[in-house]
Amino acid sequence: MAQEHKLAIFRGRWKFKSNTHKIWGVLALLSFVTAIEVILGIYKPDILMHTWMDPVQGSGFFATVANIILSPIVYMKPLNFIFILLTIVKAYYITWDFMHVRDEVGSLRKMIVWTGVFLICYLVFIILQEGGYVFEAYHGDDSIITHDF
Amino acid sequence: MDSTVASTGTEGKTWGGGNRPLKASYGKLMMWFFLVSDSLTFSGFLAAYGFARFKFVNEWPIADEVFTHVPFLHGQELPMIYVAFMTFILIMSSVTMVLAVDAGHHMNKAKVTLYMFLTVIGGLIFLGSQAWEWKTFIQGDYGAVQTNAGNIIQFGEYVTEDGVEKFKRISIDDFAAVQESDRVAHERKNGLWFTEEATLPPYTVDEMYSGLVANENLRVRTQFLDEDGHKTVLSREESLKHLKNNGKLVVKGANLKVNEYGPTLFADLFFFITGFHGFHVSIGVLLNIIIFFNVVLGTYERRGSYEMVEKVGLYWHFVDLVWVFVFTFFYLV
Repeated sequence: MAQEHKLAIFRGRWKFKSNTHKIWGVLALLSFVTAIEVILGIYKPDILMHTWMDPVQGSGFFATVANIILSPIVYMKPLNFIFILLTIVKAYYITWDFMHVRDEVGSLRKMIVWTGVFLICYLVFIILQEGGYVFEAYHGDDSIITHDF
Repeated sequence: MDSTVASTGTEGKTWGGGNRPLKASYGKLMMWFFLVSDSLTFSGFLAAYGFARFKFVNEWPIADEVFTHVPFLHGQELPMIYVAFMTFILIMSSVTMVLAVDAGHHMNKAKVTLYMFLTVIGGLIFLGSQAWEWKTFIQGDYGAVQTNAGNIIQFGEYVTEDGVEKFKRISIDDFAAVQESDRVAHERKNGLWFTEEATLPPYTVDEMYSGLVANENLRVRTQFLDEDGHKTVLSREESLKHLKNNGKLVVKGANLKVNEYGPTLFADLFFFITGFHGFHVSIGVLLNIIIFFNVVLGTYERRGSYEMVEKVGLYWHFVDLVWVFVFTFFYLV
């Protein structure tokens, strides 16, 4: 009772002869991505260690919204941004090929991914937004807290 | 009069029962529900880690300086190598798991047995590696002093290696000037029976100060980052003054109350998140062993389907998936 498998990744650009071949191909891909992460993590190229863009100035509504939307660029080092992107790439191939989500019906796929992605984004947003408040309380210009003693 | 309903008259219709919504079996759907909710738990933990970093944004430990050890290569600083190895082991055991699922689809009992066995071995290697990682982290490296504010200060000296001047850490064991002391740890048997005291630190702050005075090259390094992202090294005079005025407790290694690498929260979250993940791996290994014996006994062969392997496989891949994120946020970012 061999099941149907979709045997191509990269939107059909990399095709495999059998499911076993596909598994080894995905292993090669995941190892490659991990190797990139490890090399970047050891050498930490200088150009990726500083943000390329400054936060939008001003305390108005639009400046705040712009900074929230642009936060991966204006607040995060490019290196960390690359790490998170590569992690999501790895997560995609683990779920899609190892957990067979690629072979499930579309509604099951959406049920899993949309629910998870929406709730996790919401959770991360509220927690890190409050983290920004804590940062201001400790490190802002008008902060009255010190712990340098 | 026939009072029981023998037939609902809905056989073959949508609500007649027996059909599988989303074309997945009940067990598989329930496993997916569990995994989605579990992923929320883990993302909550990792988001809490991100939250904690906002408070200590300028003094969070640099992972490359904390996790530098590799078994059998004592004394060498090799950041990332060991965790990269652990990641590879876990991905590899995911591969053997998915190969077992594939062999199950072809009803090939011998291959399922082999691949399940390899998966269990991979899980055990990962758990052993994590135990070693914890042991190294708990035992500590160079030791440090905690200040009144709870900050960590570390010690070292500038050395020139290959024409480049750099800061080299010195272990507290190498310079502490040991002094005679009557202070012993309070135990139930030699004092108040209803209370006891934690293990005393290896040295007192006075011993550290005398050692610092005696070794003229030694400097204090605080946790605060300078513009280049390096930890700030104080001048000789500032070093002496800082330790004298603010030093409170000598710290060696890490536990839930103090840690020599930086803010205590770092160690707390490290123990909690990698511990919770390691707990998941342990459960996964246990389930894999049960499945392995079921395969060997022929349970699924008789049942005519190896779907149970697939369901436990989903859990095992999820554990791998979580590790990918833990790896990123603890060791890279």
